[in-house]
Amino acid sequence: MSSAAPTIASNSDTDKPMLAVRALFCERDDRVLFKNLDFDLAPGQVLQVQGSNGSGKTTLMRILCGLNDGYEGSIKWYGQEIEEQAASFFSSLLYIGHRVGVSKVLTPVENLRWSCSLKQAVSDEQIMAALKEVGLRGFEESPCYTLSAGQQQRVSLARLLISPASLWVLDEPFTTLDKKGVAQLEGILQRQAQAGGSVMVTTHHNLDIPELSVLSLG
Amino acid sequence: MTEKQTTTSAAFWATLKRDLLIAFKKKNDIVNPFMFFIIVVSLFPIGISPESDRLTEIAAGVIWISVLLASMLSMDNLYRSDFEDGSLEQLLLSPHPLFFLVLAKNISHWLVSGLPVVLVAPLLAYMLALPEEAYGTLILSLLLGTPIMSLLGSIAVALTVGLGSRGLILAVITLPMSVPILIFGTLAVQSTLNSQSPAGYLSLMLVMLSVSVSLAPLASAAALKISVN
Repeated sequence: MSSAAPTIASNSDTDKPMLAVRALFCERDDRVLFKNLDFDLAPGQVLQVQGSNGSGKTTLMRILCGLNDGYEGSIKWYGQEIEEQAASFFSSLLYIGHRVGVSKVLTPVENLRWSCSLKQAVSDEQIMAALKEVGLRGFEESPCYTLSAGQQQRVSLARLLISPASLWVLDEPFTTLDKKGVAQLEGILQRQAQAGGSVMVTTHHNLDIPELSVLSLG
Repeated sequence: MTEKQTTTSAAFWATLKRDLLIAFKKKNDIVNPFMFFIIVVSLFPIGISPESDRLTEIAAGVIWISVLLASMLSMDNLYRSDFEDGSLEQLLLSPHPLFFLVLAKNISHWLVSGLPVVLVAPLLAYMLALPEEAYGTLILSLLLGTPIMSLLGSIAVALTVGLGSRGLILAVITLPMSVPILIFGTLAVQSTLNSQSPAGYLSLMLVMLSVSVSLAPLASAAALKISVN
């Protein structure tokens, strides 16, 4: 387990908030999803984004990751707009969306080898340890189409254990997990916060994490 | 070499390896366009005439058109499943230049869809009674032309990958872009048959390949960003 514990890359420029969102406005199909949205994300913070269905949670997450540019306002990463420093922002970012980025024809190990190496060098030992920790021991070499939805979700969550990213953006990571998985993921999020990283997460679960703060959309 | 550069090449190789791995696990995606290519070419002697004089005349054109049609079939595999399972988002969020990652995907696509076609071309050329002296030119022109098709097709697939029902739109975008390759490819073979040098046409194709390699991945990357938006 200790081998999978990430170290957080720290930024010396600590007087500025990690992530500062100001006057964010987003409109979709002539419907205003949110306007004048302001919030900061500090190191060690877990921010839960709440809101009813269709209130723009996923859109907000995708905007923050730079996957969606249909917004107005400013998103600053350590005081600088994210578009101006995309490469360094992306190397500090780990995003897991609704579509978890797990190819069904590949095995969990093959999936992680690729998705992790997009960000940093990763060894097979790290991958094996992470898969073991998320409860996929024995499934390392099974193609992902033979795994259940929850197990596929766990493959993507194994990336959390390997990644040194300081900002995690997780869109509904709890949906397909069982009770034990939910508790374990809460533990992982808490560990990230305690290590000085931060997390943005959308979920309807009541999270049991002391570092939690809540952002409500519509 | 700085740390970042080494990891960019690592990400390039990881992407290339992953795509090849997926291709070999989904063999249908490789075999179907390849079989389609062979079947289409072999219909011509049956449908037109088995006389070698008439076949020789159309051989280069038939092979080139069949290559184009077969490439339409294989194109869609390039980004579709990645789009559906979310891998494409992960690719776009990589800190490495998208140019190289898209290039890796294009190279992998060519290795599994273009290269087999080039390798089997002499066999089909023999069936279409193409004189032996033109084999070299045919293979060379296909070696230059098929990667251009993969690179250009990639732009069209990237543009359309987010659309629900695409129908023929992929062909409508890609085929007109491929017409110059078709023209130069067949002209190169024809000029060899007429005992002229094909060097002019082949060098034009080489120029087109160089331009495509350097620009098409940029366009594909931009199109992918629009598609996931």
